[in-house]
Amino acid sequence: MTKAATTVRTSIVVEAPIERAFKVFTKDFGRFKPREHNLLGVEIAETVFEPRVGGHLFDRGVDGSECRWARVLAYEPPQRVVISWDINARWQLETDMVRTSEVEVRFVSETPGRTRVELEHRHLDRHGDGWEGVRDGVGGDGGWPLYLERYAGLF
Amino acid sequence: MAYPIDHTSAWTALGDPTRRAIFERLLEQPLAVHALAEGLPVSRPAVSQHLKVLSDAGLVVARREGKHRIYQVDPHGIAALRAELQRFWDKTMAAYKAVVEQSSTKT
Repeated sequence: MTKAATTVRTSIVVEAPIERAFKVFTKDFGRFKPREHNLLGVEIAETVFEPRVGGHLFDRGVDGSECRWARVLAYEPPQRVVISWDINARWQLETDMVRTSEVEVRFVSETPGRTRVELEHRHLDRHGDGWEGVRDGVGGDGGWPLYLERYAGLF
Repeated sequence: MAYPIDHTSAWTALGDPTRRAIFERLLEQPLAVHALAEGLPVSRPAVSQHLKVLSDAGLVVARREGKHRIYQVDPHGIAALRAELQRFWDKTMAAYKAVVEQSSTKT
Protein backbone atom coordinates (compact mmCIF):
# COMPACT_ATOMS: atom_id res chain seq x y z
CA MET A 1 0.00 0.00 0.00
CA THR A 2 1.59 3.28 -1.07
CA LYS A 3 1.07 6.45 0.91
CA ALA A 4 -0.57 8.09 -2.11
CA ALA A 5 -3.23 5.39 -2.19
CA THR A 6 -4.20 5.95 1.42
CA THR A 7 -4.25 9.75 1.32
CA VAL A 8 -6.70 12.21 -0.18
CA ARG A 9 -5.46 15.72 -0.91
CA THR A 10 -7.28 18.74 -2.16
CA SER A 11 -6.72 22.48 -1.95
CA ILE A 12 -8.51 25.65 -2.82
CA VAL A 13 -7.68 29.37 -2.92
CA VAL A 14 -10.23 31.68 -1.35
CA GLU A 15 -10.50 35.45 -1.66
CA ALA A 16 -10.39 36.14 2.07
CA PRO A 17 -7.79 36.96 4.74
CA ILE A 18 -6.35 33.97 6.60
CA GLU A 19 -8.22 34.75 9.84
CA ARG A 20 -11.57 34.74 8.05
CA ALA A 21 -10.67 31.64 6.05
CA PHE A 22 -9.91 29.78 9.29
CA LYS A 23 -12.94 31.11 11.10
CA VAL A 24 -15.38 30.17 8.34
CA PHE A 25 -13.89 26.69 8.00
CA THR A 26 -14.37 25.95 11.69
CA LYS A 27 -17.28 28.06 12.93
CA ASP A 28 -19.36 27.70 9.75
CA PHE A 29 -18.50 24.09 8.89
CA GLY A 30 -22.17 23.20 8.78
CA ARG A 31 -22.82 25.80 6.11
CA PHE A 32 -20.81 23.98 3.47
CA LYS A 33 -20.70 20.34 4.53
CA PRO A 34 -22.89 18.48 2.03
CA ARG A 35 -26.33 18.10 3.60
CA GLU A 36 -26.84 14.51 2.58
CA HIS A 37 -23.83 13.48 4.63
CA ASN A 38 -25.86 12.84 7.71
CA LEU A 39 -25.64 9.81 9.97
CA LEU A 40 -28.61 10.89 12.06
CA GLY A 41 -32.09 9.53 11.47
CA VAL A 42 -33.47 13.05 11.24
CA GLU A 43 -32.57 16.29 9.50
CA ILE A 44 -29.58 18.24 10.78
CA ALA A 45 -30.45 21.40 12.69
CA GLU A 46 -26.81 22.45 13.05
CA THR A 47 -23.24 21.22 12.83
CA VAL A 48 -21.01 22.21 15.73
CA PHE A 49 -17.21 22.50 15.56
CA GLU A 50 -15.94 22.80 19.14
CA PRO A 51 -12.93 25.12 18.86
CA ARG A 52 -10.45 23.31 21.11
CA VAL A 53 -8.26 20.22 21.23
CA GLY A 54 -10.34 17.41 22.70
CA GLY A 55 -13.54 18.93 21.35
CA HIS A 56 -15.76 17.29 18.77
CA LEU A 57 -17.44 17.96 15.49
CA PHE A 58 -21.00 16.89 15.75
CA ASP A 59 -24.28 17.16 13.95
CA ARG A 60 -27.34 17.99 16.01
CA GLY A 61 -30.63 16.77 14.64
CA VAL A 62 -33.90 18.67 14.68
CA ASP A 63 -35.05 16.34 17.50
CA GLY A 64 -31.98 17.14 19.63
CA SER A 65 -30.10 13.93 18.89
CA GLU A 66 -26.36 14.23 18.32
CA CYS A 67 -23.82 12.47 16.15
CA ARG A 68 -20.18 13.04 17.16
CA TRP A 69 -18.29 12.06 14.05
CA ALA A 70 -14.90 13.71 14.60
CA ARG A 71 -12.52 14.71 17.39
CA VAL A 72 -10.42 17.87 17.30
CA LEU A 73 -6.77 16.72 17.47
CA ALA A 74 -5.07 20.08 16.82
CA TYR A 75 -6.48 23.59 16.88
CA GLU A 76 -4.01 26.34 15.94
CA PRO A 77 -5.82 29.39 14.56
CA PRO A 78 -5.35 30.69 11.98
CA GLN A 79 -2.81 28.23 10.53
CA ARG A 80 -3.89 24.68 11.13
CA VAL A 81 -6.54 22.32 12.38
CA VAL A 82 -6.49 18.50 12.58
CA ILE A 83 -9.54 16.36 13.16
CA SER A 84 -10.10 12.63 13.32
CA TRP A 85 -12.50 10.92 10.91
CA ASP A 86 -14.57 8.55 13.02
CA ILE A 87 -16.73 7.29 10.16
CA ASN A 88 -16.08 3.91 8.62
CA ALA A 89 -16.28 2.91 5.00
CA ARG A 90 -19.94 2.03 5.41
CA TRP A 91 -20.64 5.58 6.54
CA GLN A 92 -21.30 4.53 10.12
CA LEU A 93 -19.68 5.85 13.29
CA GLU A 94 -16.44 4.05 14.14
CA THR A 95 -16.09 3.42 17.86
CA ASP A 96 -12.61 1.85 17.71
CA MET A 97 -10.28 4.87 17.65
CA VAL A 98 -7.45 2.76 16.22
CA ARG A 99 -9.56 2.34 13.10
CA THR A 100 -10.00 6.02 12.31
CA SER A 101 -8.19 8.29 9.87
CA GLU A 102 -7.31 11.96 10.23
CA VAL A 103 -7.79 15.19 8.33
CA GLU A 104 -5.28 18.04 8.47
CA VAL A 105 -6.25 21.45 7.13
CA ARG A 106 -3.56 24.11 6.66
CA PHE A 107 -4.20 27.77 5.92
CA VAL A 108 -1.50 29.65 4.02
CA SER A 109 -1.69 33.39 3.45
CA GLU A 110 -0.88 34.23 -0.18
CA THR A 111 -1.73 37.94 0.05
CA PRO A 112 -3.50 39.92 2.79
CA GLY A 113 -6.80 39.14 1.05
CA ARG A 114 -6.14 35.68 -0.33
CA THR A 115 -5.61 32.35 1.43
CA ARG A 116 -4.72 28.90 0.16
CA VAL A 117 -6.41 26.10 2.08
CA GLU A 118 -4.74 22.69 1.84
CA LEU A 119 -6.53 19.61 3.05
CA GLU A 120 -5.03 16.17 3.60
CA HIS A 121 -7.13 13.18 4.66
CA ARG A 122 -4.61 10.48 5.54
CA HIS A 123 -4.19 6.97 6.96
CA LEU A 124 -7.29 5.73 5.17
CA ASP A 125 -5.94 2.18 5.45
CA ARG A 126 -6.61 2.33 9.20
CA HIS A 127 -10.28 1.87 8.40
CA GLY A 128 -9.39 -1.66 7.33
CA ASP A 129 -12.10 -4.12 6.42
CA GLY A 130 -15.52 -3.04 5.41
CA TRP A 131 -14.69 -0.90 2.43
CA GLU A 132 -16.63 -3.20 0.10
CA GLY A 133 -19.74 -1.30 1.07
CA VAL A 134 -18.33 1.81 -0.53
CA ARG A 135 -17.77 -0.01 -3.78
CA ASP A 136 -21.33 -1.28 -3.74
CA GLY A 137 -22.60 2.14 -2.84
CA VAL A 138 -21.09 4.06 -5.72
CA GLY A 139 -23.63 2.74 -8.18
CA GLY A 140 -26.62 3.31 -5.92
CA ASP A 141 -28.95 6.25 -5.71
CA GLY A 142 -26.82 7.89 -3.03
CA GLY A 143 -23.64 7.38 -5.06
CA TRP A 144 -22.68 8.46 -8.52
CA PRO A 145 -26.03 9.85 -9.68
CA LEU A 146 -26.24 12.16 -6.67
CA TYR A 147 -22.62 13.21 -6.92
CA LEU A 148 -22.83 13.90 -10.63
CA GLU A 149 -25.88 16.02 -10.10
CA ARG A 150 -24.23 18.07 -7.37
CA TYR A 151 -21.03 18.32 -9.34
CA ALA A 152 -22.89 19.69 -12.36
CA GLY A 153 -24.62 22.16 -10.08
CA LEU A 154 -21.29 23.80 -9.24
CA PHE A 155 -20.95 25.30 -12.71
CA MET B 1 -4.38 -1.36 -10.69
CA ALA B 2 -3.69 2.21 -11.68
CA TYR B 3 -3.96 4.60 -8.79
CA PRO B 4 -4.29 7.18 -7.40
CA ILE B 5 -7.60 7.35 -9.22
CA ASP B 6 -8.08 10.47 -11.26
CA HIS B 7 -11.48 11.45 -9.95
CA THR B 8 -11.98 13.90 -12.81
CA SER B 9 -11.76 11.13 -15.35
CA ALA B 10 -14.03 8.98 -13.16
CA TRP B 11 -16.62 11.75 -13.34
CA THR B 12 -16.21 12.03 -17.09
CA ALA B 13 -16.30 8.27 -17.51
CA LEU B 14 -19.64 7.96 -15.73
CA GLY B 15 -21.11 11.06 -17.33
CA ASP B 16 -21.90 8.96 -20.40
CA PRO B 17 -25.18 7.00 -20.09
CA THR B 18 -23.86 3.93 -21.91
CA ARG B 19 -20.80 3.76 -19.68
CA ARG B 20 -22.98 4.16 -16.62
CA ALA B 21 -25.12 1.27 -17.84
CA ILE B 22 -22.00 -0.85 -18.33
CA PHE B 23 -20.67 0.09 -14.91
CA GLU B 24 -23.99 -0.73 -13.26
CA ARG B 25 -24.12 -4.14 -14.92
CA LEU B 26 -20.59 -4.83 -13.71
CA LEU B 27 -21.61 -3.91 -10.17
CA GLU B 28 -23.97 -6.89 -10.34
CA GLN B 29 -21.48 -9.36 -11.75
CA PRO B 30 -18.20 -9.64 -13.70
CA LEU B 31 -18.84 -10.03 -17.43
CA ALA B 32 -16.99 -10.50 -20.72
CA VAL B 33 -17.37 -7.96 -23.54
CA HIS B 34 -19.75 -10.09 -25.61
CA ALA B 35 -22.04 -10.67 -22.64
CA LEU B 36 -22.07 -6.95 -21.88
CA ALA B 37 -22.82 -6.08 -25.51
CA GLU B 38 -25.82 -8.43 -25.60
CA GLY B 39 -27.81 -6.34 -23.19
CA LEU B 40 -26.90 -2.97 -24.70
CA PRO B 41 -27.89 -1.14 -27.90
CA VAL B 42 -24.25 -0.71 -28.98
CA SER B 43 -21.70 -2.80 -30.87
CA ARG B 44 -19.01 -4.90 -29.25
CA PRO B 45 -16.18 -2.62 -30.41
CA ALA B 46 -18.10 0.30 -28.88
CA VAL B 47 -18.43 -1.60 -25.59
CA SER B 48 -14.67 -2.27 -25.67
CA GLN B 49 -14.01 1.43 -26.14
CA HIS B 50 -16.24 2.29 -23.19
CA LEU B 51 -14.52 -0.34 -21.07
CA LYS B 52 -11.17 1.21 -21.87
CA VAL B 53 -12.39 4.59 -20.61
CA LEU B 54 -13.78 3.01 -17.43
CA SER B 55 -10.53 1.12 -16.97
CA ASP B 56 -8.39 4.25 -17.44
CA ALA B 57 -10.54 5.98 -14.83
CA GLY B 58 -9.76 3.18 -12.36
CA LEU B 59 -13.38 2.06 -12.17
CA VAL B 60 -13.07 -1.39 -13.70
CA VAL B 61 -10.34 -4.02 -14.10
CA ALA B 62 -10.02 -6.96 -16.49
CA ARG B 63 -8.66 -10.46 -16.02
CA ARG B 64 -8.04 -13.09 -18.68
CA GLU B 65 -10.06 -16.28 -18.53
CA GLY B 66 -9.31 -18.56 -21.46
CA LYS B 67 -10.06 -16.64 -24.64
CA HIS B 68 -12.06 -13.96 -22.86
CA ARG B 69 -11.26 -10.91 -20.87
CA ILE B 70 -13.62 -10.68 -17.91
CA TYR B 71 -14.35 -7.20 -16.64
CA GLN B 72 -15.29 -6.33 -13.08
CA VAL B 73 -15.60 -3.28 -10.86
CA ASP B 74 -12.21 -2.48 -9.38
CA PRO B 75 -12.07 -4.45 -6.14
CA HIS B 76 -9.42 -2.23 -4.58
CA GLY B 77 -11.34 -1.09 -1.57
CA ILE B 78 -9.06 1.60 -0.24
CA ALA B 79 -9.02 3.15 -3.68
CA ALA B 80 -12.81 3.18 -3.61
CA LEU B 81 -12.89 4.74 -0.15
CA ARG B 82 -10.27 7.20 -1.26
CA ALA B 83 -12.24 8.11 -4.37
CA GLU B 84 -15.36 8.58 -2.29
CA LEU B 85 -13.58 10.86 0.17
CA GLN B 86 -11.87 12.72 -2.64
CA ARG B 87 -15.29 13.59 -4.04
CA PHE B 88 -16.54 14.48 -0.59
CA TRP B 89 -13.68 16.90 0.13
CA ASP B 90 -13.58 18.44 -3.34
CA LYS B 91 -17.27 19.15 -3.07
CA THR B 92 -16.96 20.41 0.50
CA MET B 93 -14.07 22.73 -0.36
CA ALA B 94 -15.91 24.15 -3.36
CA ALA B 95 -18.90 24.87 -1.12
CA TYR B 96 -16.55 26.33 1.53
CA LYS B 97 -15.06 28.74 -1.02
CA ALA B 98 -18.54 29.94 -1.92
CA VAL B 99 -19.38 30.56 1.76
CA VAL B 100 -16.09 32.37 2.58
CA GLU B 101 -16.30 34.66 -0.42
CA GLN B 102 -19.97 35.34 0.09
CA SER B 103 -19.45 36.32 3.73
CA SER B 104 -16.39 38.48 2.94
CA THR B 105 -18.34 40.57 0.42
CA LYS B 106 -21.19 40.97 2.90
CA THR B 107 -19.14 42.44 5.72
